[in-house]
Amino acid sequence: MSAAVQLYGVVAEFEDPTPLVDAARAARAQGYNKVEAYTPYPVEALADILESKKSLPLIVLIGGILGFLTAWSMEYYIAVIDYPTNIGGRPLNSWPSFIVIMFELTILFASIFAFFGMLALCGLPMPHHPMFNLRRFDHASADHFFLCIEARDPLFETGAATELLNRFEPLQVWTVDDD
Amino acid sequence: MTVAERQLESTRQPDPDVSLPVIAPHQSFAGVTDQISSAVLTTKTPIPWFVAFAFALCLVGVFVCAITWIFAKGVGVFGIEIPVAWGFAITNFVWWIGIGHAGTLISAFLLLLNQSWRSSINRFAEAMTIFAVMCAGMFPLLHLGRPWLFYWLLPYPNTMTIQPQFRSPLVWDVFAVSTYFTVSLLFWYLGMIPDLGTLRDRAKSTFARFVYGVLSWGWRGSNGHWRLHETASLLLAGLATPLVLSVHTVVSFDFTIAILPGWHSTIFPPYFVAGAIFSGFAMVLVLAIPIRAVYGLQNLLTERHLNNCAKLMLATGLIVAYTYLIEPFTAWYSGDQFEMYMVHNRAVGPHAWTYWGVIFCNVVVPQLLWFRKMRITPKPLFWISIAILYGMWLERYMIIITALHRDFVPSSWSNFIATLWDNLALYGSIGMFLFLFMLFIRFLPMISMYEVRTLLPFSGIHGASQK
Repeated sequence: MSAAVQLYGVVAEFEDPTPLVDAARAARAQGYNKVEAYTPYPVEALADILESKKSLPLIVLIGGILGFLTAWSMEYYIAVIDYPTNIGGRPLNSWPSFIVIMFELTILFASIFAFFGMLALCGLPMPHHPMFNLRRFDHASADHFFLCIEARDPLFETGAATELLNRFEPLQVWTVDDD
Repeated sequence: MTVAERQLESTRQPDPDVSLPVIAPHQSFAGVTDQISSAVLTTKTPIPWFVAFAFALCLVGVFVCAITWIFAKGVGVFGIEIPVAWGFAITNFVWWIGIGHAGTLISAFLLLLNQSWRSSINRFAEAMTIFAVMCAGMFPLLHLGRPWLFYWLLPYPNTMTIQPQFRSPLVWDVFAVSTYFTVSLLFWYLGMIPDLGTLRDRAKSTFARFVYGVLSWGWRGSNGHWRLHETASLLLAGLATPLVLSVHTVVSFDFTIAILPGWHSTIFPPYFVAGAIFSGFAMVLVLAIPIRAVYGLQNLLTERHLNNCAKLMLATGLIVAYTYLIEPFTAWYSGDQFEMYMVHNRAVGPHAWTYWGVIFCNVVVPQLLWFRKMRITPKPLFWISIAILYGMWLERYMIIITALHRDFVPSSWSNFIATLWDNLALYGSIGMFLFLFMLFIRFLPMISMYEVRTLLPFSGIHGASQK
């Protein structure tokens, strides 16, 4: 390892979403895989261009199934084994009256899995990230659009990446340090 | 021409079927971000905010006194007695939880239906849901008699070796309401994470930056983040949609599963859900109309929003009106003397004023909303909404009191007269709701900034148009 600061990537800042999408498409066409866009709102067109994780629905399904099983086993255990009560001679396992709580816990567990699953897949909480080293990065959450070609991409070479991004007339192209 | 100028020049194509635009033309990304975040990050809070906050704080004081007195003396300070064991407390519970429903409807239903106009009202409507459910949750607990033993409602291993009875709708309610609160909170917070990131990036003071930074979990707005955020929002919307229908259905089970005339009816679940949405939209308008005036948000909370909320209010109001019509019909058609007496007693008995009040506020007044002028003019719409909120409270009171106080055997009849503490707890809860809401609009972004940005015309770089 050299003592010098590692490079995280080359970043272009755009005022409009259109050149950002074009630049992202061009970067992918050139074979870059580690490309990430930072935008103030979800830009739909990027969905088909850049890579993203797709496993959240499965996590939510597992949460829902767990919630259902928790409710069912809890109700069965309490009503039949732990604290059986004879109410008007009805069966101890009166499953139709257990449905409501099964439904509620299915939703509850699935929602909790959705929320925390999203954070986990996003890699959050992450108080610091190299992108925050970029002074102008506060515009990414307000009005400007950033595209980063990351240094860990095997094809990465600072000059070529800068040249590629410059073709789309960004406001400015920066290098961002890793730390 | 710079990009910012070009953004200001561009206008959204008018929707072919609606004459009112979702948001005003000539706005830029920076403009809407500034406008919404400055309400939080400014040091100049508008005077009306202080007035409303002081008013709410006084009522919170009243609420604290009322709760202290109830804890000290027990539920005997309420006007309840046998057979009217459910008085104001349960009325307030049903009313508050109903109000919450509009928030989830806006954030979940309308998201699934791809209604873009929801974007500028969903945030504070969801906040309204959470605070309303908090107010609602207090009342069954205060009504318990020994509120400090509230955890007995939940199943847990205990030395008494007793457990809840899962055949009881009251236990269903515990699960339904706590699930509803948790899911609403997660949904609200999920939607707020990107905007908290914006506040973190724009805050001037180190302390504010730190707090918003922690709350935003390090959100970067990368494509990977946004994709997961969208998926999570859609999934939560899909989960919350059946949930919101279930909550008031379960609340209505508290009534329908009893055999009391006036409660024992299969129409209750849809009747309660429609009534909930009806009162919820009234509350959305009661909050939105002053806010847009004080904060000058007419460009984001447009006449389109007022119009759409009013239309939804009219539609759900008509469902409620239909139920008012069907109830006496079912009673008459059943030929059951107790059912028929209940209807008769409602209309001319000692609580007849509530029945006619309900008819006036929930059926007669909303008919004004057939007029477009009424739907888009803030002042009349505000007062119509107030009337509906009052009418819906009265409706729950009517359902509870008129059914309980005269059931089958006249020897067990009684009456209900609300006490001072009943009233103070109700007004106090309104204070608590306002108090929480005022804190929300001061410290959190009251309009979803990232969703409003997607409404701007030049944001329209969608996959389809590019291919």
